[in-house]
Parts: sequence; structure tokens; C-alpha cells
Amino acid sequence: MNSNANLRKIRKTVGPTGDSIKLNLMRALVYVFLVLIAVFCLFPFVILIINSTRLHSELLSKFYLVPGSHFFQNLKNVLTDTNIPLLNGLRNSVFIAALTAILTTYFSAMTAFGIFMYDFKLRNFAFSFIMFILMVPTQVSALGFLRLVDKMHMMNTYWPLILPSIAAPSVFFYMKQYMDSVVPKEMVEAARVDGSNEFMTFNRIVLPVIKPALAVQGIFSFVSSWNNYFIPVLVINSKNKKTIPILIAELRSADYMKFDLAKIYIMIFVAIIPLIVVYLFLSRFILENLTLGSVKG
Amino acid sequence: MKQGNLIRRKSVSYAKWGYFFIAPFFVIYIVFQLIPLISTFYNSFFETYRVGLKQIGPNFVGLENYKTVLTGGNLPKYTANTFILWIMGFIPQMLFAVILSLIFTSSRLNLKGKQFFKTVMYMPNLIMASAFSMLFFALFSDGGPVNNMMLQFGWIDEPIRYFAYTGTTRGLIATMNTMMWFGNTTILLMAGIMGIDSSLFEASRIDGASTWQIFWKVTIPLIAPIMAYVLVTSLIGGIQMFDVPQILTNAEGRPDRTSTTLIMYLNNHLFSKNYGLGGAVSVFIFFITLIPSIIVYKFTMRGYGKKGGRR
Amino acid sequence: MKKFALVLTVLALCVSFAFAQGAAEAAPAAQGKVFNIYCWNNEFQVRFEKYFQEAGLVPEGVTVNWVVTPNQGMNYQDKLDEALLSQDSKPADEKVDMFLVEADYALKYVDSPYTLAVVNDIGLTEADIAGQYKYTKDIMTDSTGVLRGVSWQACPGAFIYRRSIAKAVLGSDDPAVVGAALDSWDKFDAVAAEAKAKGYFMLSGFDDDFRVFSDNMEGSWVDANDKIVIDPSIEKWIDQTKTYTDKGYNNKANLWSTESFAGAAIGGKVFGYFGPSWFQDFCLAPATLADANAPAAVGNGSYGDWGLVMGPQGFSWGGTWICGAKGSDNIELVKAVMEKLTCDSATLKAIAQDFGDFTNNEKAMEELANSDLSNAFLGGQNHIAILLDSAKSISRDNISAYDQGMTEKIQAAFADYFNGIVTKDQAYANFYTSIIEKYPNLSK
Repeated sequence: MNSNANLRKIRKTVGPTGDSIKLNLMRALVYVFLVLIAVFCLFPFVILIINSTRLHSELLSKFYLVPGSHFFQNLKNVLTDTNIPLLNGLRNSVFIAALTAILTTYFSAMTAFGIFMYDFKLRNFAFSFIMFILMVPTQVSALGFLRLVDKMHMMNTYWPLILPSIAAPSVFFYMKQYMDSVVPKEMVEAARVDGSNEFMTFNRIVLPVIKPALAVQGIFSFVSSWNNYFIPVLVINSKNKKTIPILIAELRSADYMKFDLAKIYIMIFVAIIPLIVVYLFLSRFILENLTLGSVKG
Repeated sequence: MKQGNLIRRKSVSYAKWGYFFIAPFFVIYIVFQLIPLISTFYNSFFETYRVGLKQIGPNFVGLENYKTVLTGGNLPKYTANTFILWIMGFIPQMLFAVILSLIFTSSRLNLKGKQFFKTVMYMPNLIMASAFSMLFFALFSDGGPVNNMMLQFGWIDEPIRYFAYTGTTRGLIATMNTMMWFGNTTILLMAGIMGIDSSLFEASRIDGASTWQIFWKVTIPLIAPIMAYVLVTSLIGGIQMFDVPQILTNAEGRPDRTSTTLIMYLNNHLFSKNYGLGGAVSVFIFFITLIPSIIVYKFTMRGYGKKGGRR
Repeated sequence: MKKFALVLTVLALCVSFAFAQGAAEAAPAAQGKVFNIYCWNNEFQVRFEKYFQEAGLVPEGVTVNWVVTPNQGMNYQDKLDEALLSQDSKPADEKVDMFLVEADYALKYVDSPYTLAVVNDIGLTEADIAGQYKYTKDIMTDSTGVLRGVSWQACPGAFIYRRSIAKAVLGSDDPAVVGAALDSWDKFDAVAAEAKAKGYFMLSGFDDDFRVFSDNMEGSWVDANDKIVIDPSIEKWIDQTKTYTDKGYNNKANLWSTESFAGAAIGGKVFGYFGPSWFQDFCLAPATLADANAPAAVGNGSYGDWGLVMGPQGFSWGGTWICGAKGSDNIELVKAVMEKLTCDSATLKAIAQDFGDFTNNEKAMEELANSDLSNAFLGGQNHIAILLDSAKSISRDNISAYDQGMTEKIQAAFADYFNGIVTKDQAYANFYTSIIEKYPNLSK
């Protein structure tokens, strides 16, 4: 911060008035741009909120710019519908997404550290191999995956949704990139001198240093697991184990002949609240650590 | 080589730890991905599908499935669809992300309310693709809010039928992809820019470099690895595009199958339990992914590779 | 440290709780304690609960488990197939006990070893099912003459028109007048032109009268050599719809879309919809209400502003059959459900009166047709009386196991043609491509 202040001082002495006018103009333009983008991004949310407060019949007839008064009525309709175990679904989704986020970030960091730190025989092979599989679309193996899950008697359990997240090539790639630029190997070597076991070093010394990367990937994987529909819908059968995306899709088409738009908007509304909470919580953490994380630079 | 030897000597007693750290990844990968992948590839040489509840095959047919997929004539079309949809979304996504990450990290602009804007920008990524597509479908349907609004304001006389035309359908898919991913990319690029030692900027400024020069000569090369990461993952994500067009077009890839992506095509075969043809399509998708990925990777990692090799 | 241990314990408890729940569900309980029903919406569920469950007919200790999977895109068939194919390896309480099928793909389950025979396996007698409409039994009879499923409904269709719009276009909303004005396709076209001139749409969209044509096909969609046949009746639908679209006689909506049903709301401009009574009760009536939470009654939206006439061509559409699954440990219960909901004429009468269904009992329907039954949605008309003759003449000889796929794909492929995006030939090509993706054994 100090250096920035100095820099500004230097610039001021160079060209005082013209520059600051230009800067202010620039700032104004940037604000307009940002506000436009924000409006663009918030638009779906605003519609979502407004529409979740309107009745199905109102939604069919015209476009509203202000919320109506039926939010709680709609919410009640969803909560009392025994075909849609919404609260159950929320709990299931939180459970799966949280575990997935933890496993993905931890084990990807672990794998990245193994490749980053140690010069073992198969290291190059392992790295190229992971880079290679990074490019394989998951859907390509979906068909074999389901047969396998069935053979292992894991159908209708959460295992096939959670366990595979341990092997996440793209998260690994990010962690590896991050370690390359942030983790000094001397740090690990110093720990060795102090007699620390390698696994302990990883947990106690390396993990704290890469916290920002963990946070960023944590939230990304939480979100993608939360939103995952393709595999869960094929694996989960029982009503009480279903996750939010399955419930939303079902609400839309199970009763597609007489579906209630207001209910759908309410469901989406309820489904994104936990994400926003998690995001707001983690985003502060990310931004706080972004500057601290750049130890090496 | 010399450097390698040096490291090996230094950490000889620790090298084995590498296996310990990468073991969980590989065990899980082999069980849950590799075995299914191989079985998928294996299936591509068989005629195996279901008619009703009757299983036909598996009968070994050699390369017959590949011939069918190729001579069926539609694979190039779906490949083109997929890339068009990806590029239409990716260019604005990258453009927005670069501009925004520069704005947010600029100490000169010193903006207020950055936290708010950043929070807002990432929000579209939080809605699930399926729910987001449903929302868009509702918003842009013939009698939806967007048409109603434009009619009410008198901008149009008749509803615009967005999902009846190729351009508007593709445009909506691309818009959604851009909206969902530019916030994410911005965060990644910011992390990269903020990781750059600020003294580098100062030094170049004092040397008289313009903002433009600093951008091209300092910022871009230093965030190249992150940009490569974004490009590669986005390309792979693009090839895997499924949820958005699938739900927006009600699984039909309409109009005229111009928004049918590769994975939607694959999904059509998976749904009819046609593991043979599905397997062949999978193998094609695999190679289609491989080629651009390798090119992009090699190209953008050139500068980065040197840095990485020094370890 | 203590605090930490406490937190850990709580966390562990939470996790084990979540898993224990899963485990408890999977653990096999005593025989026949869970009655698994596979279906695609809650139409049957509502009737089951009202006339079976609430009547106390579900034995104590038995839980009814509904496995609801959306029908669209054949998701339901897919889920059901998986379940039936792995039936043998599942614990008793996870096996499918009962499942529902629709006319569009019923044949697939009729000729399958996974469906129980109604008489020999489940134990209904010929006398029990004697009152049912013959066509509902024909569809579910396999190649060896064994009946595999029963239904509570028969599905003769008719034209449901908006009375106020009929008055504006034809000068009268009397079913006799409207019926006479619409009794052939030529007349129908003429009224469509008049409706258009007065600012209304004859039909809501492309697919509205598809079922009228597809039910009157001369042959089946697929011939003996697994070749796809485009019936002249389907060609008629294509040409008629193209004309209607170009002339603006329809609102270009897709079937089941919000726009399609919006045309039935109080401010809607659609003259009428083709459909059987389940369509009217389950789909159309809810769409006419201005306030879905208020009772469905005259004055709520356009409810009651409707009438029923035979229309230019008789047809039937859909129908839901109840089947018992092989391997079920609740066969007695399957039998009880079938008896109560498809054979008991008192129940079938009640369903017809309460829900406006046309139910599957010839005698009961005749009685109702001659009663003073008054359907409030139809402005007091007795819908059973209008549909009675049509129900007797339904024949579904041309049904094939591929009908759902054919219907979905041809509607999707030709929407582009109607919209003017592709030529007719290209639309056919797209139809063939997607149908062969779906059914690899078929050919052009």
C-alpha cells in the first residue's frame, strides 16, 4: 500500500491536473460499465424473486416489475407437497456438496504436493497421465460408471457421488499451478530439519500456505456438486435421498401437464440460498487471503 | 538432466513419499473412471442395444459402429455446433474477465464497492445450469416475461419466438454460458494478477512504460499459466456442454438440430442403451477433445514450461 | 482440547446420522412391508389415496412408496426398465411391486416376462374384468392371449371449446350448434378462418390435433420388417398444420407449453383443445383458473366457460394401465388395488363424478350417461353422455411399442418445418435421424 501511495505521489508530480481529470473520467466510465454488468447479472435473480411472489396464473398473463404478496403462500404450497421433500433435499445436497468440496480440495492438494515436491520414478508419467485424463469428458465413461456402481451395490447410495471427487484432475492442475508459484521448497526442507514427518509437514505447513487455492477450489467444487444432475439422477432412487436438482427437474416435468410455475421459482429460490451463504462466507475469506497467499510472487 | 540429478541426490530418502501422496488419487481414478472408460471403449466394438426390455447382442462387429457414426454424416455437424456454441460464449467471457480483473486489481482506479461488484458477478455461477436454463426458457418463451415486457413497452408488435430460430437459440445458449462463467474466470485471473509482485509494476512504470505496455509485457505473460488453465478447462467444459442446450431445447437440440452438441448426441445413444454406438461416439469425443487440448496446451505452456522445468 | 473433542463428536454424530438413515432405508425388513409403485405423475396417486388408502385398504405396517419419474424424453421407461431388469438381485422391499404404463409404450411391457398375468398370476377372475371396455383389454393382451394389465379409465377424446369464443365466432355456444359447425375437417377449416378474422386462434399450436390424426392411422408406425411407415393420416396432419400455421389459425405453441395453456386462461384467445377427459380434468381445467388456491368453480378464471362436442373425427388418446411386476412380494395388495380401482363399479362411478374421468366400466358409464350428471367445468354438460358412443368404437389395433418416441420426435422435427426453418424433406430427415437414435433396430 505504501508503495502505491509513493507511486501516486510520483505520478502527481509528473502530470498533475490533466491526469486526474482523465482518471476521474475513466473511473466514471468504469463505474457505468460495472453497474451495467451488475444489472445484467442480477436480472435473473430479480425476476426469480419477483416471480416467486406471484401466483401461477399471474405469471402466465403478464410481466411484473414489482414483487407480489404470495411468497409465503407459494412456499407453503411447496413445503406441504409430500411429493417434494424439499427440506430433505436441501439436507442431502448440503451433505454431499460439503463432503465433496472437502475431499476434492484436500486430496487434490495432496496429489499436487506429491508431484510438486518429490522426484520419484513415475513422477513425470503420473503428471502427464493426469494432464491427459483432464481432457477426457466425464460423460464418456458415464455408461461404464453406472454399470460398475450397480455391480458394487452402490446404487441409491451417496458413495458414487462423493468418492470419485477424490480424483479431480482439474482441481489437481490448479493446485499444482498454485504450488509452483507460491510454495517454496525450502520451507518443506526446513521442516525436515526440524524432524517433521512429510505428511505432517503437508498438513501443518503446506496447507495453510495454499489456503486461498483451497478456498477458491472449495467453493467451485461445492457449487458444481450442488448443481450436479447428470449422475445423481441416474444413481439415486429413493425419494428421501434425492438432491435439489433432481427435485427441481421432477417438479417441472413430473407434473408437466399441470405444473405450477410459482412452485418452480420458489424451489430455485430456496435452492440457491445455501449457495449464496456459502459463497459470501468463503468469498471474503478468499479475498482476505489472496494478498497473503502471494508470499513468493 | 544435471538439475534432476541434483534434486534426486538431495531428496533421495524422500522420493518414495511421492507415491504416498498420489496414491488416493490414482486408486479412486482407476476404480471410478479408468475401468468404466475402458469398458466404454471396449463396448464400441460390439453391437449391443436394447429393444424394449430385450437385449440385442453383444455381438462383435469390429469397426462397424465407427463406420455408422462416420457415414451417418452428422458427427461433423454436431462437432461444429459444439465449437460454435463454445466460442460464442468464450470470447465475451474472456473479454469481460480480462477487463474486469484489470479494473479490480488496478490500484490507480482505486474503486469503491469492489466487493459488491465481485460478489454480484459470481452469482450467476451459483444457479445450477439446469435451473438457470429453465429460468431462461421461461424468461424468453413466446409468452414469457421478456416478450411481455417488450410488448408492454411497445418495442415489438408480436412476440419474438426465440426458440424457433437458430441464431437466437444459439445466442441464448452462449449468453448463458458467458454469464455463468465470466465471474469465475475473473476470480481466477485476479488471483493470478494479485500474485504478481507489485514491485514489477512499479519498476516498469518508473521506467516509463504505458499502462498498455505494462498490460501486454508484464501482466499477460505472468498470468499466462492461469489463462492457459482457463482456456484448457473452458475448452474441455465447452466440449462437454450439455445441461444448458439440453434443457433449453427440451433435449431436441432444435431448431434443425443446430444446437445439438456432441454430448447431447452421445446422450441420445446412452438413452437408447445403445452401448455400441454410444461407445464409438465416446471414442470420437475423446479424440476430438484430445487434439485441440494438446495444441492449446503445448502452445500456451511454452513459456511456462521453462519455469516449471527449473524445479 | 475438550471443546475440540466435543465438536468432533457432534460432527461424527451428524455424519453417522446421515449415513445411518441411508443404511436403515436399505436394510431388508420383514417380507412385503414396502409397496413400491412406479409411475410418472400423481394422477393415479391421487385416486389411489382417495379411494384405496383412505378407505383403509392398505394393510397395517405396509408403507406405500411412490417412485415418480418424469415421463418426458422417456425418462420413466428408462428408470422402470433398469428396475425391472435388476428385479432379481434386489432385496424384497426394493423390488417393483406395481407399475403404470401408458398406451404409447404399453406393448413394450405387455410382451415382457416382467409383467404378471392379471388372471393367472394376480388372481383377478374373468368375471371381475368383464365390465371393462374391450379395447382397454385388447391393448394389454399379449401375443398368446394373456391379459397383462388393467385400467380404471377409457379415453375417448373430443373437442373442448371455449363457450364465449364460440358465441363470438358462431353466434351460439350451444353444443348442438357448435357440434354441427365442426363435424368435418372442411367445416373445421372454415370456422378456423372465421375465428382468425375475429382475432382468435382455432387451435393453440402445432400438436393440438396430432392425436386425432395419429389415432386414425391406417396402419402401425412400424411394419413387420421394422421399417418406419409414415401414415397418410400423419401426412394430413403435417399439411393441415402447415396451412394453419401459415394462415395464422394457430398460436404456434408447443403442446404442454405454458403458452399453450395460457390460451385457455381468462384472457386467452384459443377456440378449443382436443382431448380426452383426463386431459380436461388434469391439464386444461387447472390452467383455466385465475387463482389456483381458490376452489375450482365457475367464476374462477374461465372455469365453466367450456363445452364439449365430438369434433370432426373421433379419437382416443392415452390411458393408464396398472401392471403387477414379477417378483413382487405384495401380490395380494396388487390384486386388491386392481379390484378396487378398476373392477368396482361404485368406485369407478365415484371417480367419474369426482374427477370428471371417463372410467372403465361400460354399465356404470351407461348409467351415468342417462343420469343428471352435470360437469361444472363444461357449463353443466354431461360429458359421459357425449363420449359414450365414441368409447365403444375405440380400436387400438394400430398401436406399437414405439408410439411415444414417434410422437415426440415427429412433433419436434416438424415444428421446424412449421416455423419455416427447414424444408419438408429436411424435417423428415431429422425425424428419421432422431428416431433411429432412439430405436436402433428400426430403419427408414
